[in-house]
Parts: sequence; C-alpha cells; structure tokens
Amino acid sequence: MIQRTPYADAFTYAIMMLGFFLLLGPFLVVIAGASQTMQQVNTVPFSFLPQGEFMKNASAAWARADLRTAMTNSLIMAALVTAGKVALSACTAFAIVFFRTPLKHVFFWSVFITLMLPLEVRVVPTYAVAADLFQPVKSVLSLFGLDIKIEWNLLNSYAGLTLPLIATATGTFLYRQFFMTLPDELAEAARMDGSGSVRFFFDMLLPLSRTNMLALTTIMFVYGWNQYLWPLLMVTDPSYKTVMMSLRALLPSDNGIPDWNVTLAGSLIIMAPPVIVVAVLQRWFVRGLVSSEK
Amino acid sequence: MADIQIRAVRKSYGKTPTLHGIDLSFASGEFVVILGPSGCGKSTLLRMIAGLEDITAGDIAIDGRVVNKMEPRERGCAMVFQNYALYPHMTVAGNIGYALKVSGVPKAERERRIAETAKIVGLQDYLERRPAALSGGQRQRVAMARAIIREPKVFLFDEPLSNLDAKLRVTMRAEIRKLHQRLSATSVFVTHDQVEAMTLADRLVVMNRGHVEQVGRPLDIYHRPASTFVASFIGAPAMNLFKTRTEVETATVRLDGAAIPIDPLVAHALQGRDVIVGIRPEQCRLTREGHGIPARIDFVEELGVGRVIHCEIAGEAFAAAVAEDAEVAAGDTVWLSLPPEQLHYFDAESGRRIEFPLPGTDIPAARSSASITHPTGVLS
Ligand SMILES: Nc1ncnc2c1ncn2[C@@H]1O[C@H](COP(=O)(O)OP(=O)(O)OP(=O)(O)O)[C@@H](O)[C@H]1O
Ligand SMILES: [Mg+2]
Repeated sequence: MIQRTPYADAFTYAIMMLGFFLLLGPFLVVIAGASQTMQQVNTVPFSFLPQGEFMKNASAAWARADLRTAMTNSLIMAALVTAGKVALSACTAFAIVFFRTPLKHVFFWSVFITLMLPLEVRVVPTYAVAADLFQPVKSVLSLFGLDIKIEWNLLNSYAGLTLPLIATATGTFLYRQFFMTLPDELAEAARMDGSGSVRFFFDMLLPLSRTNMLALTTIMFVYGWNQYLWPLLMVTDPSYKTVMMSLRALLPSDNGIPDWNVTLAGSLIIMAPPVIVVAVLQRWFVRGLVSSEK
Repeated sequence: MADIQIRAVRKSYGKTPTLHGIDLSFASGEFVVILGPSGCGKSTLLRMIAGLEDITAGDIAIDGRVVNKMEPRERGCAMVFQNYALYPHMTVAGNIGYALKVSGVPKAERERRIAETAKIVGLQDYLERRPAALSGGQRQRVAMARAIIREPKVFLFDEPLSNLDAKLRVTMRAEIRKLHQRLSATSVFVTHDQVEAMTLADRLVVMNRGHVEQVGRPLDIYHRPASTFVASFIGAPAMNLFKTRTEVETATVRLDGAAIPIDPLVAHALQGRDVIVGIRPEQCRLTREGHGIPARIDFVEELGVGRVIHCEIAGEAFAAAVAEDAEVAAGDTVWLSLPPEQLHYFDAESGRRIEFPLPGTDIPAARSSASITHPTGVLS
C-alpha cells in the first residue's frame, strides 16, 4: 500500500490535471474554432470562446467534403466491422474454450498469432489478396506449372473494407477470458438438460456475455470508424469514401482561403458518432472489461 | 425406474488410473449412496453414469441398455450438482423449465409442469427470481426441481448438500428421502458424509482409492465392516484398531501388556496369527479398578447424549463412549473392558475382515447394548 501524504496527493493531482488539460486542449480548440467565423478563427491570439457560427460552418463542411456519402459509408463499415467482429469472436472463443479437438492448440495459436500481426504490419500481402482473391491459390498452382484465369477482387466494396479488419483476434480473447471463468458444471448441467452445443451457445453463453459483447461493440465501432490506411488502399471509387479520407478534403487548399473554421466543424461532425457510441455504452464497457457478472 | 449395471468399469485420466475395475449393480427404485474419502473417484463414477465422462473400459447399462456411447440426454438421467450449476441469467421458472424447453414442450404445458414441480419443492413463490436472489437452500431446491421436472429414470446427486449449513442439511436430507419415496426413481447419491450416507441409503457403497471396499445395507456395513478402511471410515468416533497377536492357549490378545480375553473358538481359528483387532468406542465398558485395560484419560468430549473419553493405549489413540453420568475427567485413570463378542478381526496384512462362521461372532453388536448404539455412532 502506498502511503498517502498531502504532498504526494497534491503532486499526483497536479500531474493528473496537467494530463487532463493536455488531452482537453485540442478539443477546446476544435469546439471553439468550429463555431467562429473565418476572421475570428484566424486572429492571433486564438480565442477559446465559442461563437454562434457552428451550423453555418457545419453545412459548409458537409457540402465541401461530401460528408453525406462518407458518413454513410463509415457508418456501414463500422457497423459491419463491429457486428462481424462480435459474432466471429464469440464463435471462435466458443470453439477454443468448449471443444476438445486434437488440433486445439494449433487453432488456439493460429488465432493468437494474429494479435502480433495487426493489419498495418501485413497490409501489403493483405492488399495483394484483396486485389486478387485467388492469388494464393494461383501462386501454389504455379509451382506445378498450372495457371488459372479467375479474377475476383474486393476493391471498392464493403466486403473489402471490412473483412480484413474482422479477421483479428482481439475480441476472441476477451470472450475466451470470460468463457473460462464459467464453471464447467454450467455446460454439464445444460448437457444433462438435453441442450446441444449450438443451443448452449445461444441459450447460455450469449446472454451471459452480454456485457462483454457491449464492451467489444464499443471498442470495435471506434476501431472501425477510425480506420484510415486500409480504406485508403482499398477505395478508389469516391462513392466508397469513408470519413477519415474526407478529413483530408476538408483542409483548406494551399493557396485558397484559410477557412479553418469549416475544417474544424467538419472534424467535429466526424468525431460525433464514436463519441455517441462510447457515451451510450460506456457503463457496460467498463463493466464488461473489469468484472464478470455471474 | 431403471436398474443400473456397472461391469468392470475403469477410468484413467491420461495415464493415471482413477477407477480400477468397478462392479456394481443397482436395483430399480433403489436409493444407493456412494461414500468415500475425497479423491476416491466417487464423482468420476457418477459422471460416467451420467455420460459426462468417457468410460475407459467396461460397460455401464441402464435399464438393460449399454449406454457407454450415449449422450447424457439419451440416458434418462438427471443430475444435481454440488454447486447447483443453476443458469444465472434465467429465472427460477426458466431454470426449472429449461429441459422441457429444449425438448420442445409447448409453453402452456411447460408452465403447468413448472408450477407443479415448483410446488413439490416449495418454490411456487419464487418462480420469477434469479438464482442470485435466492438462499443456498432455495438454490438447492431449484437444482432438485430442475432434475425432477424431467421425470428421469435415474437421479444422480453429487454431494448436493455439502454447501448447506448443518441444520438445513438435515432438513434437505429428509426432503430428498421423502422425494425418493414419492418418485421412486433409482437414485445414486455421492457424499463423503457418513451420517448422510447412513440415513439416506437403502444400500451403501464404500469406495477407497478407486476400488469398491464394501457394498451393503448401512447397518450391515456398520456392524460388519469388510476392511479396516471401512471400519475406521464408518462410525464416529472411529473404531479403535490395534495390531496384535492372538494367543491360542489363553484365548487372549495382548494390548499394552494387558490380556484381553477373546472367544476361545476364535482364538483357535486364528491359530496365533497376527491380526488387527477392532472395537467400536460405543462397545467399550468402564469396569472396576484392576480389571481390563488401564487408560489415562487425555480429554473428555461432551456430546450431550453421552461422553467420549480419549486416551492413549499402546501408543495408539483410543476412544470410548461412556454414559453422560459417568464420572470421568482428564487425567483420571479408568479401566476399560472390551467385550469379546464385540471385537472385530482383520487380517494384519490385507486389512480384510476375518469372518468366523461361528455363533457369537455374527453381527454381535445388535445384541447387547448397555451404551449408545446409534448406528452412526454418537457424533451424528
Ligand atoms: N479431469 C481430470 N483430470 C485428471 N485427473 C482427474 C480429473 N478429474 C478427477 N481426477 C482425479 O481423479 C480422482 C478422483 O476424482 P473424483 O472427482 O472422482 O473424486 P471424489 O471422490 O469425487 O472426491 P471429492 O469428494 O473431493 O469430490 C482424483 O484423484 C482426481 O485428482
Ligand atoms: Mg466429487
């Protein structure tokens, strides 16, 4: 136990406050700037007082970066990533924890290893596959001197945007930890009651892991929403643009008018959905991560 | 109702053998209790009957059908777990009715049967509660109701009462017994509590280290333990056992210098063998000074219905139950007599009981009883 003294308390609080303001500062700039006119936003020193121009700036931003398409795409993408991830993780963890197969360890480690290979690390090979789904098959076949002519790619599609993001292990481990805290007798009692494994999954595991699921939903929505590198590679068709790509379009052009107020208003709009999701789900988010409600 | 046949059943976890060839047969409608110390393989055996554990070798047949390869649900068994294993996210009604829901019983009928079953175990007012909002005894009842509602051929209980306090345990014991009379399904009840075993069982199976030590009616086992293990495991305080040599000429066994008379016919039959002689604390008598074995009392246990004196004879702990008005105190020396017809004899090497087809050595304890002869001993 760390001894508590007034000085140490004051010191830790000071550090915390410093960190808090460092975090908060940029937000204040964005909020204040987004509601000012172009003149106000460009005056030096910068005024941290919000003004009344937000709606005007926002609609200017909305039009300039075609935020309607981008927001829709991002929402679809984040929702697909979240749903896919939550479902896939639950299934994988279920298989890893509750089934004893001879290859159990192989499966476990092959899932585990994806934790060490996030998308950014394997972005080039992943892109190669997404650009030509049969690429791996083709390269194996070419070893035998065979050549096939099938073309199928995921470029400019929601599948291409989301699938590579879904196939990672983070959520699996969240579920695995939770499933392992459940007593064996629960599964045995269900078996005695005549429930098969699929039924057990839907009747017991899913309801019991509700908080986990909501925690994962929160994480994955933000993760999906914030993707930049991958959409940038996958999307060339503007109708599949996501908001992170539109952020660039919001910047004032080099020699154009420095309307940073519009840029800031646009980024505020883009920030909103994840903030809303976190605000709504944060209660479960914390509970799902720290405790297992049983 | 179904009978259960267990034939040469073995179980190994990996390379470690846990059960070494169990042969048992339970009659239809019987209440069988499997008793044994922790780790002897009771739960393993029960779980093999239930279908939760693979059978390494041998056969288990329920109702004449070998069930080795059957899923639990096909075997017609219901099980009550030690920690109840209730479904935490379901209400009491949901817990009780889950098996029916799985098997597709229509909602109306399901609700009728849930209500009926809840009434049997006295839970009709708690149907909407979650398990977390129930007391230990109520959870226990939910677990029982969950088993009852399926109308199983076989009930399996794995130490269902061990998480309850002493008083509730007695109540639940009586309820389980009553329930059995009412439903008369074959029941197999695992416990390490001998009082529970003695009071519940039609037939008792005593297990030790993966072997069956003895099978029989509780009183038979109490009166004629088949081995020193059973002798010391059943009865509280435990049977006094001491290793000695019989002397044929004087018809005695020696205990700490004192000669204890035994039945001359027994002495003759034993022919001077090394034996382990046992006597239950309840069968020892206080006697006049200068007779029997002298013993200095280490401490006296007060039980209300009587007292147990603890002393040391020939370096071994020795207990004797005496009447509550016996004037004994720690530090006193008392003289104990051990009635010859109350002695049990076990082979010194194997620890197996030596039976005498002689009058006077059959079920001796049933006859005389000046002291307390409650079947489970005075500590129940
Ligand atoms: N899954 C397992 N893997 C390996 N060994 C096991 C396993 N389950 C049980 N055992 C071993 O088998 C033996 C018997 O276990 P079992 O659970 O049947 O004992 P028990 O008689 O029910 O004891 P208790 O009264 O403590 O419940 C023990 O020595 C235990 O260590
Ligand atoms: Mg056990």
